[in-house]
Amino acid sequence: MEDTVKEIIAQYRGDRSYLVPILQDVQKALNYLPKDALFAVSAQLSVPISRIYEVVTFYKAFSLKPKGRYQLSLCMGTACHVRGAELIAGNISDILGIKEGDTTADLEFSFETVGCLGACALGPILVVNGEYHGHMNIAKSTKILKKLRKKGATDDEQD
Amino acid sequence: MINLTIDNKKIEAEAGQTILEVARENGIVIPTLCSNESLEPSGACRLCVVEIKHGKRTRVVTSCLYTVAEGLTVDTKSERVMAVRRLVLQLLLARCPESVQLQEMAQEMGIGPEPRFTPDSDHSKCILCRMCVRTCEKVVGVSAIGFSYRGTEKNVCTPFQEDSVNCIGCGACAYVCPSGHIEMEATETGDQRKIWGRTFKMQACKVCGRYFAPEDQLAYISATTGVPAADLAVCVSCR
Amino acid sequence: MMSKIKSFDELKRVQESLKAGRDPKKPCITVCVGTGCLAYGTQKLVDNFREELAARNLGDKIDFRTTGCHGFCERGPMVIISPEKIFYQRVGLADAGEIIDKTLLKGEIIERLLYVDGATGEKIVHEDDVPFYKKQTRLVFGLNSKVDPESLEDYLAIDGYSALGKALTGMTPEEIIQEVIKANLRGRGGGGFPAGWKWDSTRKAKGEPKYIVCNADEGDPGAYMDRSLLEGNPHLVLEGMIIGAYAIGSSEGYIYVRNEYPLAVKNIHIAIEQAREAGLLGKNILGSGFSFDVKINRGGGAFVCGESSALFASLEGRAGEPRAKYVHATDRGLYDKPTNLNNVETWANVPFIINRGADWYASIGTDNSKGTKIFSLVGKISNTGLVEVPMGTTLREIVFEIGGGIPDGRTFKAIQTGGPSGGCIPEKYLDLPVDFDELTKIGSMMGSGGLIVMDDRNCMVDVAKYFTNFLVNESCGKCVPCREGVRRMRDILVDVADGKGQEGDVELLEQISAAVIDGSLCALGNSAPNPVLSTIRHFRDEYREHIQEKRCPAGVCKALITYSVDPDTCTGCTVCAKVCPTGAASGERKKVHTIDQAKCTKCGACREGCKFDAIIVR
Repeated sequence: MEDTVKEIIAQYRGDRSYLVPILQDVQKALNYLPKDALFAVSAQLSVPISRIYEVVTFYKAFSLKPKGRYQLSLCMGTACHVRGAELIAGNISDILGIKEGDTTADLEFSFETVGCLGACALGPILVVNGEYHGHMNIAKSTKILKKLRKKGATDDEQD
Repeated sequence: MINLTIDNKKIEAEAGQTILEVARENGIVIPTLCSNESLEPSGACRLCVVEIKHGKRTRVVTSCLYTVAEGLTVDTKSERVMAVRRLVLQLLLARCPESVQLQEMAQEMGIGPEPRFTPDSDHSKCILCRMCVRTCEKVVGVSAIGFSYRGTEKNVCTPFQEDSVNCIGCGACAYVCPSGHIEMEATETGDQRKIWGRTFKMQACKVCGRYFAPEDQLAYISATTGVPAADLAVCVSCR
Repeated sequence: MMSKIKSFDELKRVQESLKAGRDPKKPCITVCVGTGCLAYGTQKLVDNFREELAARNLGDKIDFRTTGCHGFCERGPMVIISPEKIFYQRVGLADAGEIIDKTLLKGEIIERLLYVDGATGEKIVHEDDVPFYKKQTRLVFGLNSKVDPESLEDYLAIDGYSALGKALTGMTPEEIIQEVIKANLRGRGGGGFPAGWKWDSTRKAKGEPKYIVCNADEGDPGAYMDRSLLEGNPHLVLEGMIIGAYAIGSSEGYIYVRNEYPLAVKNIHIAIEQAREAGLLGKNILGSGFSFDVKINRGGGAFVCGESSALFASLEGRAGEPRAKYVHATDRGLYDKPTNLNNVETWANVPFIINRGADWYASIGTDNSKGTKIFSLVGKISNTGLVEVPMGTTLREIVFEIGGGIPDGRTFKAIQTGGPSGGCIPEKYLDLPVDFDELTKIGSMMGSGGLIVMDDRNCMVDVAKYFTNFLVNESCGKCVPCREGVRRMRDILVDVADGKGQEGDVELLEQISAAVIDGSLCALGNSAPNPVLSTIRHFRDEYREHIQEKRCPAGVCKALITYSVDPDTCTGCTVCAKVCPTGAASGERKKVHTIDQAKCTKCGACREGCKFDAIIVR
């Protein structure tokens, strides 16, 4: 972990103005931002840990908790909103039993809502691990969750 | 010298001074909740807003940040100003219904709570004036506390809401807190102090025996100033 | 990899040789791979084209190009066949072979891939004849379909970087600034501040270094023109920035881009590398002695960072909290140094002004708003997409002529402009020309260019609640009126939508709004009440219906509506019963179904599933 942080910081030549991109890269490498990693960033950049905690909690893209195997991001831009994204968000929350921004206890699903993704023609949009699913509706979202749940189970069996 | 008018009173000021500074020097009261002489202004509380007229343009500005200019006309109690102050206090009263300091201030200004705002119960007495965080960073220099999250979720805390490794227990944050939110407790004998959930051992004065400062704070001062720790183990009155 | 170009003359020679090597008559297949089209799965289509071309050994005879967004996102995946400019839309991912065989090899048109004009029913063959494009002036955005964003050669072949060459060799910084002032280029990010004056202030400000920053933190929900420009034509934005840097006297620039725009980040990265290698960026640009370089910084997901002082805080590695701007960024911005911030679209306009002159530029648009503006036309609109029109075009032309009106037989209700800082505009103002000043007069603003169309099934209280809630989540939390005041407004709006609105709530909202506008620290708070105020102003009755009559006429606010089955139209197909997650909808096959109100959670699944419009929401 410490080496990962070191490598990432080296890419930015230890420039602390890149704190946000550095944290993004650390999160990408480790799936979330573990406390130890943040202390390592703090020590290596000589930025107080209180400042780092402030930045991590300020920006929505950062997570202090591990993310699920399937990361669902539902676009909540205006175009998606007027096409009923809120009803879909309600459906996903109901099915997974978690609130927006949380991860299921079995670490299968993380569900977050995001600002406009800029693919408004396809709204409402659900992104699953980076893959876009356009023209989303309640029934389609139910189906996707079922499929992912099944896929997760088979993948586990194969492991 | 700069000539300006505040509340119809002709005033001379020095270039670079803020409206708030000039008003205070001239006995004009502008209420504030986040201003402290030893800190740079932050403009967070918005109580100190005033209405200015410069040429034809009228606008509401923050007096703690706005610097004076030649020919400026300032109204510290205009209708627009009072509307902002009233809202700010009503919002803070609803956020921190238990803060006696806020209640007193509202009473002085003749402002009552807005019945449509349901009082909060989750912020205790913190109005997010930021003075504690700024003091800890800029005056003390340890940055033990900071903000977390944003918007309505924002609060002041130690990193990860855990015992801060950096805190030296100096209590400066509690001292500057205007709403009585930050609590600092001492044991009866004074040999220990508790703040931000952490207990600090106090140093007894080598001369009079009185407990006068946390050991961690003295160690920090010794480390940053180079004064030997032994020399700091004597309280101010005995030095 | 291109070797360093050492002078403007050499640049011209490179451009000429690239153009000479390109036969305008040679067939070319162009596929849009902007984020919108990629979301349709277009990458597969691109792979198919490459494979099919290779399989037929046509690689030399037919050019193949992938480009950034063309704007007509509604109709993706899109394929253009040059030189005729045949326009295929909603192309199937497996259609590549057929298009090559029929259209390119035999000259046959594939009817089913043609665009059908909704108004006339006519099938349209050529791109330029499609009404969506025909009524536009695609000055800045039009170049997107001509270049592969990953190819510097493509950009040079359309005379890219000529404006930079001209500026560096033939113009003084002062002359450039005067030209931009004369063109009256105003900031496209929403503020509308004249760019030339900003450049002038930064140039004259004391302090070194001077920074220039490109604001690509496009946060307005429903606006994506900046992303599409950066993604589709990064060199154009870069060229504008380099010219600006030379005029201002800056050697260091930043592009602050949303991390949610991975393709834009990638393409601008590539463009910067290419420009450096070609001597168009870095030390001694085009042998002129002028040096300038650009760094990319990715945002962390905070709308407030579109505000300049918050953006600078974020660039400095801090939480994005704004500060009061009594000292302008042009004097003390990033790291307290003179800083010139313009948004993506503003920078992209600069090369046009330098190339073709301020007089030409100022001939487009209205008295005080010059040039074109790119809008993202989204929501309840037939032709969702990016639209570029001269300033002063009316909303009606944009919505009905270019946008093709409202789909699904519904009626226009309002258009929301200016993002969370803007407002909702009702039908009666549709003939207003859109520019920096006109929309402000009726309580909205042009803003960065998001146009969200709403129909009779959209509730204005809900829209106000949506934007206010968005701002509550995005407020940095520094100052009291924004953090606490906007949240209290949201709470009142939630009450109104939940049927718990009280007499006097509308007046209280107006009163809080006035104090939030006056009292907030930054532009986010100063404009946060706009969506509420504009909906109150133009749709006051709808608030009254919610508060006094406890009903939501648009059928949106859950607490005020019920779902029921229309016995006259229900065919008993059982779809509603199948999709209902709580078992509230039920009935026998071929018999009228019913909804048990006690079990209904108003999730909307039945209405969404019903093919006969038999679910009544009231």
